[in-house]
Amino acid sequence: MHDTRRTVLKGIWAIGALASVAAAGLLSPGRAFAAWNKSAFEAKSTIDAMKMLGVANAEDSKAIEIRAPDIAENGAVVPIDITSAIPGTTSISVFIEKNPFPYTGTFDVSQGAVPYVHLRVKIGESSPVRVVVAAGGKHYMAAKEVKVTIGGCGG
Amino acid sequence: MADPMKIRATLQGDVADVRVLMAHPMETGQRKDAAGKIVPMHFIQTITAQLNGKTVFNADVSQAVSRNPVFAFKVKGAKPGDKLSITWQDNKGDKRTDEVVIGAAS
Repeated sequence: MHDTRRTVLKGIWAIGALASVAAAGLLSPGRAFAAWNKSAFEAKSTIDAMKMLGVANAEDSKAIEIRAPDIAENGAVVPIDITSAIPGTTSISVFIEKNPFPYTGTFDVSQGAVPYVHLRVKIGESSPVRVVVAAGGKHYMAAKEVKVTIGGCGG
Repeated sequence: MADPMKIRATLQGDVADVRVLMAHPMETGQRKDAAGKIVPMHFIQTITAQLNGKTVFNADVSQAVSRNPVFAFKVKGAKPGDKLSITWQDNKGDKRTDEVVIGAAS
């Protein structure tokens, strides 16, 4: 009996979700893909965020260079430099695995920028910084561990 | 209205090396104020750079970017005198656009 109730509820949810997707599509045609990806930014694990961005199948690559400090004394400002040597790089995405919301951002370089970006991020605790590069419809991944000293004795 | 950005664009051949400093609190929604209340999220979500009016660089970012964010990127096909403008928009709908002329400084 409970099972039927569940199924019915699920059905209602699904219809509701479809309806809202359709409504969003009608209201803002063409914006659907360009919009800030709220669900990926709110994902609590790197793998979930990657799935929502459709990049979970990324293969490891040595052609992505991540320059970040091995040990960051101040987790509030950690500079990261990313360069991709993969031909046809279109975008660079950054994930900080142990942050509450790992997905940090995507940088689109396909319209006339060099596949390079520098940014400064907050890192809550020692964590791998994972970079996914999109090139020619495929995805490539590299990672670098950044240690964050806890206790603020770094001064 | 937020404070102006500081943008520096220097040419290396036909590639413009762009550095930008934005004035923004980038609140994560995790921090508590002195009264123990959570400070609501307030952060830049999108950044767009245009060279002479044509979009050349786009970014979607989260609250994990540091306070007063600094970004650097490189734009191909730039010449002295070209106009580079950068726009950001935050989660409260605030926007700011600033423009520099490449090669005018230095």
